[in-house]
Amino acid sequence: MQPSLFNETLTVSQLTFRIRKLLEENPGLQDVWVEGEISNLSRPASGHIYFTLKDRNASLRCVMWKTDAARTRPALQEGAAVEVHGKIAVYEPQGQYQLIANLIRPRGEGALFQEFLRLKAQLEAEGLFDPERKRPTPELPRRIGIVTSATGAALRDILNTLHRRLPLASVILAPSPVQGVDAPPALVSALQSPILQSSDVILLARGGGSIEDLWAFNDERVVRAVASSPIPIICGVGHETDFTLCDFAADLRAPTPTAAAELATPITIDDLHAQLSTFHSRLTDLTSSLLADHRALIFTLAARLRFVSPDRRIQSEHQHLDELSRRASSALTHRIQLQFARVDGISKRLSALNPEAVLSRGYAIVTRIEDGRVVSSVSDARGGMTVRVSDGEFEVKRNS
Amino acid sequence: MPKPKPAQKPVEELTYEEALAELEGIVEALEGEQNPLDESLKLFERGQALILRCGGLLETAQLKVQKLAGETLVDFEDESQ
Repeated sequence: MQPSLFNETLTVSQLTFRIRKLLEENPGLQDVWVEGEISNLSRPASGHIYFTLKDRNASLRCVMWKTDAARTRPALQEGAAVEVHGKIAVYEPQGQYQLIANLIRPRGEGALFQEFLRLKAQLEAEGLFDPERKRPTPELPRRIGIVTSATGAALRDILNTLHRRLPLASVILAPSPVQGVDAPPALVSALQSPILQSSDVILLARGGGSIEDLWAFNDERVVRAVASSPIPIICGVGHETDFTLCDFAADLRAPTPTAAAELATPITIDDLHAQLSTFHSRLTDLTSSLLADHRALIFTLAARLRFVSPDRRIQSEHQHLDELSRRASSALTHRIQLQFARVDGISKRLSALNPEAVLSRGYAIVTRIEDGRVVSSVSDARGGMTVRVSDGEFEVKRNS
Repeated sequence: MPKPKPAQKPVEELTYEEALAELEGIVEALEGEQNPLDESLKLFERGQALILRCGGLLETAQLKVQKLAGETLVDFEDESQ
């Protein structure tokens, strides 16, 4: 190609600007996913992240600004196979184009997500997630089964929560790896353990992680084991924003392992204390009111008993007796008075017959001294005689 | 209170749930039916014993954690700590 001698000569800046416009106005370069391996990873103090994404034949300089970097999970590491989303921009001072990345995910995650959606739709169609299948979890579980890693933070969170809320319960831990290829069969066998199934409720839990870390809980075998569990299952996997298929199949979904432990213990030991003290006061109140009722009853009965008591009849007999006695005594008095009156009358009549009384009227009784005979005729009069008058006596002698 | 009374277990042998259920039954029996006084007082005494039992269990409760090892259960010591 022949150079045109008459064309305008551009400055580097002008040319770079043209290139920049060309790239930055191309829609195919402004919203793009690109996959490759991370190399030359650099995280300076500015908080921005610089790295090169490369495959066998090419490399692409990438930068992720601080704000986006803060939202990125720490899966970013040298050599990691990732998918990066962003737009192509030109860095004019260096004359370089680069990808301004705003999202990074492990490679394969996109495919995983497609698989997640496919399996979810299939199991949903089978009815595994139907609300009618959900069983209520017990309010006061005696035995709580836990299926999780024996070494994870999730277990510690759950045990702390259970200890705080319901130390009355006992816990059966069925330890199982929760990520990696071994996890799904191990989780299934833990869930199906007869000893674990003697629990009242089962917590299936795992701490947060990437979609790949949580993938075991999207495994069809595990999801089916959850759906077919004879014991109600509470699923607490990852963080609030993470949803796994086990969450849909479980009887109850908890946003975190700690929340699963809380949902498993709706009644806490504090509630039990309060309930017990309510029972205590009900029992005491009932019994004291019962006793009060009985006391009142006894009081009434005692009054009724007094009313029908033989004491009363005895009293009334006493009264009767008193009455009779009073009547008897008054009758007696009367009779005595009558007798007195009679005696008086007789006495009066008697005194009328008393010869002494005649003497007071001037008569005299003359008796012979010699033989004491009363002189009642002249022929009787002889010798010395005693004359008795009202106030005494004197002697006389017959003269003729 | 169920009419045919089961032989009463000593309260010390009852689990929390058993003691609580019996306590609930006693309170209901005292609230509802007219029992002979001495029977009511016996129920009250039993109720008090049950309350003590429940309270004691709550005070001393200690989360018991066992781990499934094969077909058996072993005491679990937190390996992560």
